[in-house]
Amino acid sequence: MLKIENLHVSVDGKKILKGINLEVKKGEIHAIMGPNGSGKSTLSSVISGHEDYEITKGDIYFKDENIEDLSADERAHKGIFMSFQYPIEIPGVSVTNFIKTAINSNLKARGLDEMPANKMLSKIREKANLLEIDSKFLSRSLNEGFSGGEKKRNEIFQMAMLEPSLSILDETDSGLDIDALRIVANGVNKLRTDDNATVIITHYQRLLDYIVPDYVHVLQDGKIAKSGDKNLALELEEKGYDWI
Amino acid sequence: MAYTEEELKKELEQQEYQYGFTTDIDAETFPVGLNKEIVKKISAKKNEPSWMTEWRLSAFEAWEKMEEPEWPNVKYKKPDFQKISYYSAPKTDPKYESLDEVDPELLKTFDKLGISLEEQKKLAGVAVDIVMDSVSVATTFKDTLAEKGIIFCSISEAIQNHPELVKKYLGTVIPKKDNYYAALNSAVFSDGSFCYIPKGVKCPMELSTYFRINQAGTGQFERTLVIADKGSYVSYLEGCTAPSRDENQLHAAVVELVALDDAEIKYSTVQNWYPGNKQGKGGVYNFVTKRGLCHTNSKISWTQVETGSAVTWKYPSCILKGDNSIGEFYSIAVTNNYQQADTGTKMIHLGKNTKSTIISKGISAGKSQNSYRGLVRIGNNAENARNFSQCDSLLMGNSCGAHTFPYIEAKNKTAQIEHEATTSKIGEDQIFYCNQRGIDTEKAIALIVNGFSKEVLNKLPMEFAVEAQKLLEISLEGSVG
Repeated sequence: MLKIENLHVSVDGKKILKGINLEVKKGEIHAIMGPNGSGKSTLSSVISGHEDYEITKGDIYFKDENIEDLSADERAHKGIFMSFQYPIEIPGVSVTNFIKTAINSNLKARGLDEMPANKMLSKIREKANLLEIDSKFLSRSLNEGFSGGEKKRNEIFQMAMLEPSLSILDETDSGLDIDALRIVANGVNKLRTDDNATVIITHYQRLLDYIVPDYVHVLQDGKIAKSGDKNLALELEEKGYDWI
Repeated sequence: MAYTEEELKKELEQQEYQYGFTTDIDAETFPVGLNKEIVKKISAKKNEPSWMTEWRLSAFEAWEKMEEPEWPNVKYKKPDFQKISYYSAPKTDPKYESLDEVDPELLKTFDKLGISLEEQKKLAGVAVDIVMDSVSVATTFKDTLAEKGIIFCSISEAIQNHPELVKKYLGTVIPKKDNYYAALNSAVFSDGSFCYIPKGVKCPMELSTYFRINQAGTGQFERTLVIADKGSYVSYLEGCTAPSRDENQLHAAVVELVALDDAEIKYSTVQNWYPGNKQGKGGVYNFVTKRGLCHTNSKISWTQVETGSAVTWKYPSCILKGDNSIGEFYSIAVTNNYQQADTGTKMIHLGKNTKSTIISKGISAGKSQNSYRGLVRIGNNAENARNFSQCDSLLMGNSCGAHTFPYIEAKNKTAQIEHEATTSKIGEDQIFYCNQRGIDTEKAIALIVNGFSKEVLNKLPMEFAVEAQKLLEISLEGSVG
């Protein structure tokens, strides 16, 4: 589904990623771990198409298509979703209105009709239940005054609504207390199918107790220094990043 | 590379004004110029009684001695009043029994605007009194209104058929000599709307008027008078779009509202006059005087969405004369390219326990300048007067300006006055967040702007809110760079 070949990325002329190779297949969960400043968030931003990041070398393929020239919204239409580390506030726009606009934009881009209101409503209800979200929450302005946990839960709610092929969870565990972590992880697990894939970007292995990855990669200084299975995460937790 | 905002901006700048077309209807137009004879001729053309002619002439005399105001925060080439034609009426006889008799060209125009009469008639019980180049050409729902004793007609008809009401109220809220443009309007107003709601009557439908400047070089001077008698209620909608023009067009309207004891008037406007092209050439000058007078326990609420005009100068105001009266002002003003807007409100508290609320949302993009100017005055006798003002500005790009000029004068120490103001910018991170969810940049801006304006949009009647949201989108296309 996602294939990254020898990816080099710079921001403002500063080299951040220095030759990343990664392949994520359907049905897989990959965890990318690494110390602060290793390039984890850069990787998620560049996959989702943030324009501040310049690809100086290498390629990103999504569903066998080179997506370098696609804008962020076009990538979203193809099924790429990113759960933001720091979700953005949009005052006056309710969670419901935002997700409705997003879903209909995606449908339109794929040449489909807008989702009828009743279908939208029942889907919102279903996914809100999955993430134990109160209906009052859905009328609030997007991310405005949300607690850290509410923000992250709302990101996963949007993911559940949009049903992407590839979900990148950028530090989704940060700012979550243990109950919220369990709810979010439970949501992600339930949304897992044989056809979609998930990339979890995290500093700690805590989240990986709840969402068990098929592969773990350690990012250091813009390169994948080591790959392995879930045991690698446990080993890292024990020995620290210096061990690599 | 990806389709950048820069490219989007360029593409959208090249789009012409969506409603920029003119209708090919025979019109009778007066020669250019303004003098006593022209004023008399306008009055004669409309078969007005002599008291009306005299009223116009005294306004003209006052106007001749007045100076065009310099204080607004706008720059423009002053209109040459001798180069404007002051009367233009479609030649086709304007009195119709049914829509079938209306000039098909005119109906087509309304179709293009998406406000066809057929549609209006079917939809939601909106009675429409359409003003196109000064003469009312169609009025609907008259019968329903007449049953309740409601008078809704053109001001010309009102002068003929209800002279006692016009005589009693015309110029009582905005005197002839109130200001330069009000005086000009009083002298030469061509037509406009008149509305009277009798005692205790709740108007069963939203009353609406669509204005449209059509004849090249014809300044338009609308005059609107709305009277809500004791204990009555009316919601009045005014909306306008104008065709594309190269020379500047002057629009100097006067709107007077009178809310008698226990009455309520809700007056909503969506304004989309031609704003000029992207270089700032052409566009309508909109110099409007709007004011309402509140008697005891009455309420006047102004809601406006201002997206058009090259230069706007407009302060819908409330005089809270009666005790316990309430004034409200909800405004969204959008400026893009080279547009300039100096708009706001005046809340004059005279009675006891009077309350006013001001919510102003200014959105500036391109190289435009957007000013809020508001006055809250608490008079000597206005015990326990309260005001809450909130002025929020949203900026797009680095070349536009947002200004706030709040004036507060409190002469009674029991007054409570609150003023809040914020300024924010649409962030690239907000746009990226939307993009990542599959929402394109243009739609993202519309979403963010609608969110910013929500408190005001919520005040508009349903059918108008949808149109207003569309207008915001059109007005701000390509404005983030």
